[in-house]
Amino acid sequence: MAVDFAALQATVRERFAEQVLDWTEFRRQACLHLRRERVVDVMRFLRDDASTRFAMLSDVTAIDLLKHPEADKWPERFAVVYQLYSLEHNARLQVKAYVPEVPCETPSVTELWSAANWGEREVYDMYGIRFTGHPDLRRILMPDTYEGYPLRKDYPLKGRGERDNFPKYTEIPEEGRGGRA
Amino acid sequence: MEQIEDKAPEGAGPGYKHGGAGWMTTRVDALLDWGRRNSLWPMPFGTACCAIEMMATLCSRYDLSRFGSEVIRFSPRQSDLMIVSGRISIKMMPVLIEIYNQMPEPKWTISMGACASSGGVFDTYTLVQGVDQFIPVDVYIPGCPPRPESLVDAVMMIQEKIKRGEKQTKVYDRTTHPLDFQPVALVSGAAQADPELTGTRHTLPPKDVETEAEKKTE
Repeated sequence: MAVDFAALQATVRERFAEQVLDWTEFRRQACLHLRRERVVDVMRFLRDDASTRFAMLSDVTAIDLLKHPEADKWPERFAVVYQLYSLEHNARLQVKAYVPEVPCETPSVTELWSAANWGEREVYDMYGIRFTGHPDLRRILMPDTYEGYPLRKDYPLKGRGERDNFPKYTEIPEEGRGGRA
Repeated sequence: MEQIEDKAPEGAGPGYKHGGAGWMTTRVDALLDWGRRNSLWPMPFGTACCAIEMMATLCSRYDLSRFGSEVIRFSPRQSDLMIVSGRISIKMMPVLIEIYNQMPEPKWTISMGACASSGGVFDTYTLVQGVDQFIPVDVYIPGCPPRPESLVDAVMMIQEKIKRGEKQTKVYDRTTHPLDFQPVALVSGAAQADPELTGTRHTLPPKDVETEAEKKTE
């Protein structure tokens, strides 16, 4: 029992006409392109509807389309990418929600999948996309004192001096030492 | 160290026994160093693939214990040789220094592999470009990762250093480096227009340490 993607596309386009931007397929991988405003509603439908049952969220990541050669094809600078998997139908679906640079935020899907918690934190850490409604949105990989979002395309690869400027130990000159030498 | 053979005293009868060297003279330092160099207790700080080579070095095929260094301690309090093997990120570096400072003196350090020594190929925003910027290093091992023979060689070089009586004399204290860099504006500019975006909830600690420039003007 597989998911009928043609029927699914028609259903989604009908039910969420305002939200669906595009539907693409690449090497039999379906991808649903969405506006971000009602992403939770669309996702809830995809998770709960009997014809799909995408019960598992495999991954949350993001794309920065700045300076992308085909960037003009996409409506916004960022795309948050959700990889869904249906255990019942053994089918996968990719969902992209486009997020502008200002305001850089999109609804969180943690209420649907707990697995989204850390994935969204990572996206926030690396791209600065804030997820509204996230229970604990803070950095997960970089140090708490870090400024900036290193996976953005306009972030310099070598950083902005962070790796040379962080709290650390310094050598005490010999004359300044107390106690035993 | 010199050994003096025990000779039978003059006039000793045929019942006199001795078992070869009965005593020797040496300096206490030399005796302690002899013990130290033949019983190095390494603290493995393995964070990447170099640590796998370090495990191989410790296992039966290469068997580091043949050279008097088999007692791997995962407690810094019980070890005297730190082997930094792997990438050290700026989030990990304070941990490394904390552990280094917890090791009792005398202590020695090996920087194993390209990443620990210079950052290696990871010339990126998050990686420390060489641990020797923050802790003293006695022996560097080149390679990516180095072969076990290289690590054995490095341990033997440490033993030579101990034999020569060389100890780390630098003392490190926890101070805060002056945070004197200013973040550069993002290229796109639009993010700058959004104070919510640029002023994230994670900001640098207040600049309470005087900078080098301020010191010079005084």
